[in-house]
Amino acid sequence: MEILQDPVILSRLQFAVTAMFHILWPLTTVGLSLILVVFEFLWLKTRDVDNYRHARFWSRLFLLNFSVGVISGIPLEFEFGTNWSRFSMVTGEFFGNILGYEGAMAFMLEAGFLGIMLFGWMRVPPFIHLLATGMVALGASFSAFWILVANSWMQTPAGIHMENNRVVVDSYFEAIFNKNMPWGVLHMWFACLVTSLFVIGGLSAWYLLKRRNTDFFLKSFKLALIGAIFVVPIQISLGHGSGREVFENQPAKGAAIEAHWTTNQEGKGAAWNLLTWPNQTEQKNDWAISIPNGLSLLATGDQRGQVQGLTSFPKADQPTAIALIFYSFRIMVACGIAFLGLMLWTLAAWLKGQLSSGSVCNNRLLLRAWIASIPLGYLATECGWIVREVGRQPWVIYGLLRTRDAASTLPVSVVAVSLIAFVVIYSILFILFLIFAARIIRKGPDLTLMPPS
Amino acid sequence: MDNEIHSLLANIWFFIIGLMLFLYVVLDGFDLGVGVLSIFTRNDKHRAIMMTSLESIWDANETWLVLLGGALFGAFPLVYAIALQSLYVPVMVMLFALIFRGVAFEFSHHARNTVPWNLAFGYSSLLASLAQGIAFGGLISGLGLIESDHQGNVWGWFTPFSALVALGVVTGYTLLGATYLMMKTEGAIQRISIRQSHAAAVVEIIILIAVVIWASRSDHYFAARWADSETGYYMNFFLILAAFALFMLMRALRRRFEVMAFFWSVIITLASFTAVTIGCYPYMIPASITLTQAASSSRTLIFMLSTIGLLIPVMLVYSGYQYLVFRGKVQMDEHTD
Ligand code: HDD
Ligand code: HEM
Ligand code: HEM
Repeated sequence: MEILQDPVILSRLQFAVTAMFHILWPLTTVGLSLILVVFEFLWLKTRDVDNYRHARFWSRLFLLNFSVGVISGIPLEFEFGTNWSRFSMVTGEFFGNILGYEGAMAFMLEAGFLGIMLFGWMRVPPFIHLLATGMVALGASFSAFWILVANSWMQTPAGIHMENNRVVVDSYFEAIFNKNMPWGVLHMWFACLVTSLFVIGGLSAWYLLKRRNTDFFLKSFKLALIGAIFVVPIQISLGHGSGREVFENQPAKGAAIEAHWTTNQEGKGAAWNLLTWPNQTEQKNDWAISIPNGLSLLATGDQRGQVQGLTSFPKADQPTAIALIFYSFRIMVACGIAFLGLMLWTLAAWLKGQLSSGSVCNNRLLLRAWIASIPLGYLATECGWIVREVGRQPWVIYGLLRTRDAASTLPVSVVAVSLIAFVVIYSILFILFLIFAARIIRKGPDLTLMPPS
Repeated sequence: MDNEIHSLLANIWFFIIGLMLFLYVVLDGFDLGVGVLSIFTRNDKHRAIMMTSLESIWDANETWLVLLGGALFGAFPLVYAIALQSLYVPVMVMLFALIFRGVAFEFSHHARNTVPWNLAFGYSSLLASLAQGIAFGGLISGLGLIESDHQGNVWGWFTPFSALVALGVVTGYTLLGATYLMMKTEGAIQRISIRQSHAAAVVEIIILIAVVIWASRSDHYFAARWADSETGYYMNFFLILAAFALFMLMRALRRRFEVMAFFWSVIITLASFTAVTIGCYPYMIPASITLTQAASSSRTLIFMLSTIGLLIPVMLVYSGYQYLVFRGKVQMDEHTD
């Protein structure tokens, strides 16, 4: 394989593997830590011991998840230097600065209270413990914020100018609050919430299906449902907003997401492709099932709005792997719709009184659907990041720096070895995580646990 | 005027980066050192105590490395980029080692067979320390950079000198780890830790002397700095301080001053670290990149100072609080899941 002789391709693959592995864990770190705050707060407020036991039970899964999150994050931080050294030289002034903030504001905060949160139950008063859990949750959300600031600036760079081939910041405000930032941050943060809620809900459904500790898990199931009622519709509208923003500021990516080749003529709406097979060599779709005027409506809000097609960009500026972007996007949207459907279905069942502790276990199909929804948040997130990052190609900083010009000069052999090592080690870790998580889940909560007095 | 301010800011950031590196070396140093020592124990209960003594703090300790990475990237992008690219191999080795070490803490609780995770914990601690040491040795001897284009080769760090420095770093970490355990444990395991501290201190003396002799006779940049009467004076001062601290450490070990033994090993680390830093100054990668060359613009440095700089005391306070909550000897009984 010729492309595997290219150190830049190998570095890209390595970054993709390590980033896509890493993102699996923050999803639940960010979301679950907030849910733990809720349980702990409810315990202190209502003095219902079950809430305490919930906090203790889920924090076991949290810890397992957190460990893998931390150790897979550290390589990313160093890969910017090892594999993307020219990127680092060019952007350090802004990008490095933001990573520094992330370290100082987010990671230190998380780590500085994590020990107390996980091992300090008997050592500090409950109020201080709640504070520690809150700080961990805050740190996790800060880290999502800052890393998405950095990444959104790569999508829509602002507030800088180039000097001697290096980025110089003119306005930190403009650079941080770049056009993509609010959408990127919120859509990611809500992805964490959605995923965690359906993980908690799905696991609770599993216990309900097995009729294990029904009353106990009905509480967490309902909590997840209530959360989902708020969060899922917001996430879908944020996704829609992200899409609008992409068509406005990264038109080539927008066109790639929809496999839209030729700009529609004035006065005529662009069709929306439901399914298609894009053909990059011929710069058109081999076939397509499409809805007339749909794309104009989605992208501009107007039936006849003009949407720039891929052919209006030189081939060298078009993203490659159009099909990957196109289908990843559709999988993400399908997951969003599935969440919405499941949420509405369960809400209806609740209103019909089918979620009482006597009857909930009889909704076997509904509970199975919740179990099946556990991986969907992860899937949607991976697909979302593929859309975002592959869709930005061939640029690493949109319109400013090409991926090819950002890489380190490294011999193929060392990158190949590290790439293979990452793939092997991460696969092993992933399998072990599943085994150990399954053990925690099968063992279930300790319902004799008494809170510190 | 502008240049003076820029140079002042660059120096402030050089100091902050140095402080972060020092904090990392001490905190994760004893952490990794305990890992190295766990290789030598056959006693499962002892190993469990050793791991528990780190459980609540290893993540916080390691996070100083992450913070260091981010701050270096922002304040001295050129050094971040060139050093990490040239140190690709040891950095990757360190990362893989830290991966195994990090999961070993958690996975060993859940695994039916804990032996592989105990081994992973011990040997990956050793490997991470060696990789850090050799990267450090490579960095202070200049990474074999070719001046004109800064395009080092990826093996430039691989010299006998950096191997010697790596041994020194591993021994230093082990010493920190042993004195930490002396402070955190009691009974049999404490007695073993005292013996190990002794041994590590003796080895450390030998290696320090070897490094000093080698460095002074080499063509390294700091040999010239040493010959210079003024900087040489400061370097000698810190080397003598290191020697004094070693002496005080031996005394503390003999008299079983638990906290003082750890304190003096920290001073040894501080003194040798400062001597090396003075030897390299004003270069960040000796003889090719100075700190002002590598620094970001004044605007960025000020912006970072007003945020990260101000947060450093805050971070120290809450990190300190966490240590305070878990102070005292390791207790195994209250250990819940
Ligand atoms: C949703 C948010 C999110 C995203 C997109 C990323 N991370 Fe992350 N990261 C977190 C959210 C997070 C977290 C929630 O803060 C973690 C996950 C689990 C954990 O323990 O902390 C974390 C851990 C973590 C750590 C270890 C921190 C420590 O020692 O405590 C590092 C160095 C990074 N990340 C770096 C990165 C880099 C360089 C990324 C980009 C490529 C990245 N993360 C993407
Ligand atoms: C701040 C956060 C992030 C930054 C700064 C970042 C930066 C980068 C860089 C420098 C590359 C290599 C150049 C390239 O091929 O585009 C890359 C590629 C990639 N990243 Fe990200 N990334 C971030 C987050 C993520 C996350 C969280 C994921 C996924 C979970 C992700 C998925 C990918 C993928 C799939 C590629 C490969 C794209 C390709 O090679 O075509 N990224 N990203
Ligand atoms: C159903 C409606 C949805 C739409 C229309 C949508 C739309 C989008 C778009 C256009 C992007 C690309 C943004 C960019 O490149 O700047 C994106 C990214 C992303 N999506 Fe979605 N999305 C939807 C649902 C979801 C769901 C349910 C999840 C996860 C639970 C999710 C997770 C993500 C993530 C993690 C990213 C990348 C990071 C980011 O942009 O914040 N999306 N989405």
